[in-house]
Amino acid sequence: MIDHNDDPLVIAGRPWRSRLIVGTGKYKTTEEMQAAIAASGAEIVTVALRRVELRPGQPSMLDALQGYTLLPNTAGCYTAEEALRTARLARELGMTDFVKLEVIADQKTLLPEAEETLKAAKILVKEGFVVLPYTNDDPIMAKKLEDAGCAAVMPLAAPIGSGLGIRNPFNIRLILESAKVPVIVDAGVGTASDAAIALELGCDAILMNTAIAAAREPVRMAEAMKLGVQAGRLAFLAGRMAPKLYASASSPIGGLIASHAPGAAIASVEPKQA
Amino acid sequence: MQVRVNGELLTLPDGATVAELLRRLEADPTQVAVERNLDVIPRRTYNEAALADGDEIEIVTFVGGG
Repeated sequence: MIDHNDDPLVIAGRPWRSRLIVGTGKYKTTEEMQAAIAASGAEIVTVALRRVELRPGQPSMLDALQGYTLLPNTAGCYTAEEALRTARLARELGMTDFVKLEVIADQKTLLPEAEETLKAAKILVKEGFVVLPYTNDDPIMAKKLEDAGCAAVMPLAAPIGSGLGIRNPFNIRLILESAKVPVIVDAGVGTASDAAIALELGCDAILMNTAIAAAREPVRMAEAMKLGVQAGRLAFLAGRMAPKLYASASSPIGGLIASHAPGAAIASVEPKQA
Repeated sequence: MQVRVNGELLTLPDGATVAELLRRLEADPTQVAVERNLDVIPRRTYNEAALADGDEIEIVTFVGGG
């Protein structure tokens, strides 16, 4: 049995056993969310920050997620200034320095606003935040964010909530090649094989929400994602065989009862003519 | 005095504190964070933090998100 404790994910000096980070949005009920998170094995969960409903009796996300490390996001922010305000409020509320920095450019694609993301990252790092930025699958941008002091870089697989999977594994590989901080694929995966591919590529972790929450059975998909992440990580550590164009027999060539050596006639199975 | 809370105008007694505002809204102080005129108000100061006429207040909490 493989001991996953031997291979922790380390972010900002802190170790985690699970390489799957999950979101808490889009679930039908709090109970379904809790069951899915438990099945995913995740230790870090993302949350969003919004104005309170000015009426009492609202369910508490803090209570529902006790025992997990909260990763507040700045989802919905279009400027560095909005993201800074959100991160500071989240720190006061969640008693955590961790922040998933997300500054988007437009409502249709939800793609990252690179300049504002970098600007906000620099300030948040100075203010002592552990900054995990959502970014394009752009190796140059990833490097800039790392140089700015981010604790990880989180390139997208595909647009948020699209479920399209890793659209550019080659860019992810380029990011992995130069990154010295964890690379966490964030957004766009659809199913367990996508998670496996991300980890097989060598990504340190993966963050997802919709792929679990929008599955027909979220709890079952959460477990599938956990296994996909584990399978991908093990495959990465094991080191895959080199792909080859032609076949290569798995069974020994020698000692066959019939001889089909290269060049030998294979017509002997045909019925003899009278 | 009048303050704007999450976009809505609210009339409060002069000198009301953040703690009093939260009580009035029946908001649990441990479940929210408060911003006044773009600055976060530390939770430990809610009892002393007096509001002023025209203050822009945001009261936020965590919700599900990715």
